Amino acid sequence: MKRVTTILGISIVLVGSFFLIAADHIDAPAVQGTTSDITDFYAFQGADTNTIAFVVNTQGLLSPTATSSASFNENTLIEINIDTTGDNVEDLVIQAIPRDGKMYFFGPIAPSAAGLNSVVETSGTASSVDITAYGSTAITATNSGMTFFAGPRDDPFFMDFAQYGQIIAGNATAFNNPGADTFAGSNVLSIVVQVPKSLIGGSGTINTWVEAKGKQ
Amino acid sequence: MKNIQSILGIILVSAFTLTSCSSDDNTVVASAQLDFSGTYAQQDQMGRPAVNTVFVSSGSKDSFNTTIPTQQNAAFQVMFQTNLTGLSPAFANAGDQNALGQDAAAFTGLLATDVLNVSLDGTTTFYDGTNVLTGRALADDVITVELLLIFGGENFMENPTLSDDHVDANDKPFLSSFPYLASPW
Repeated sequence: MKRVTTILGISIVLVGSFFLIAADHIDAPAVQGTTSDITDFYAFQGADTNTIAFVVNTQGLLSPTATSSASFNENTLIEINIDTTGDNVEDLVIQAIPRDGKMYFFGPIAPSAAGLNSVVETSGTASSVDITAYGSTAITATNSGMTFFAGPRDDPFFMDFAQYGQIIAGNATAFNNPGADTFAGSNVLSIVVQVPKSLIGGSGTINTWVEAKGKQ
Repeated sequence: MKNIQSILGIILVSAFTLTSCSSDDNTVVASAQLDFSGTYAQQDQMGRPAVNTVFVSSGSKDSFNTTIPTQQNAAFQVMFQTNLTGLSPAFANAGDQNALGQDAAAFTGLLATDVLNVSLDGTTTFYDGTNVLTGRALADDVITVELLLIFGGENFMENPTLSDDHVDANDKPFLSSFPYLASPW
């Protein structure tokens, strides 16, 4: 029994090191395993083609068991940054932060200051949605033409990350065909915001990125 | 004591109701009663997929996450180029390019400023064979696109065993309507 435990322990360590890189999952030591770990960011035209949907995923590689006890952190602010002028400085932000079982949203609004430090821009359009519990039907809310969701979802990212790790480590020289999706069967905590294009520049190209910020 | 609690309860309920009445639909907004004060400092950031994970050296991953996009190129482009040429035989020789016609300096110059470009005028995709970097849709096979740009050479034909992980779709179908992501496992 002890031997089995040891072997299991070694496998877990090995699997852990395989997971050191993939999309943005566990991308850096300071955020690995924390509520600030962003795993993925998506931005695409919504089913209503007058909108853009932003998807921010956090806290990746959650097993179904781990998902039921995972939660957003009230000290972690998720901020979608939008540059409408092509200089890679945010002209607008959409902020998401949980309080008492709801995810609150502010914006899109010009931030009072651009850069590494933020305050919650409570003068921006305020919206909220109940955080969907694991196992429940998705709860959505709408306000000012925007639509909101927060809660656990299947991780939409797919990659044979294990084999990539083998290649980088020098243990393999090729991907397998077919490959195996390392992220199959795992969940993330998702925030989804759908916004009218008219609120984020209207036309042309925007530059966008997401940040996780911790309360000081 | 009990009375005080009831009075407080009524005040809270009326404040809540007043706030939600001012909203023009079913979203309940009670931000006035909640504490959103304080300063929030950056810990993680992401624009395009896999950039920090693939191109940033292990000792610099935290600092990449706390560098704003306008300063990323100056701080990280040289590191990106070194790591790219070290990783990929398709960029081993001077003049090598990817299928977008970018040499190592141009490709890493694009990637070092880690923002996602999104078109507000139509198709939004990381790459669909026609449109390049106009967004990132859920079904986009972004890893294979990046592997092709890293390993595939000028015509996507080089290093075929390294330029496709042969995982082409998610393990659960996406939804056609909001919130688009599949229910959790």
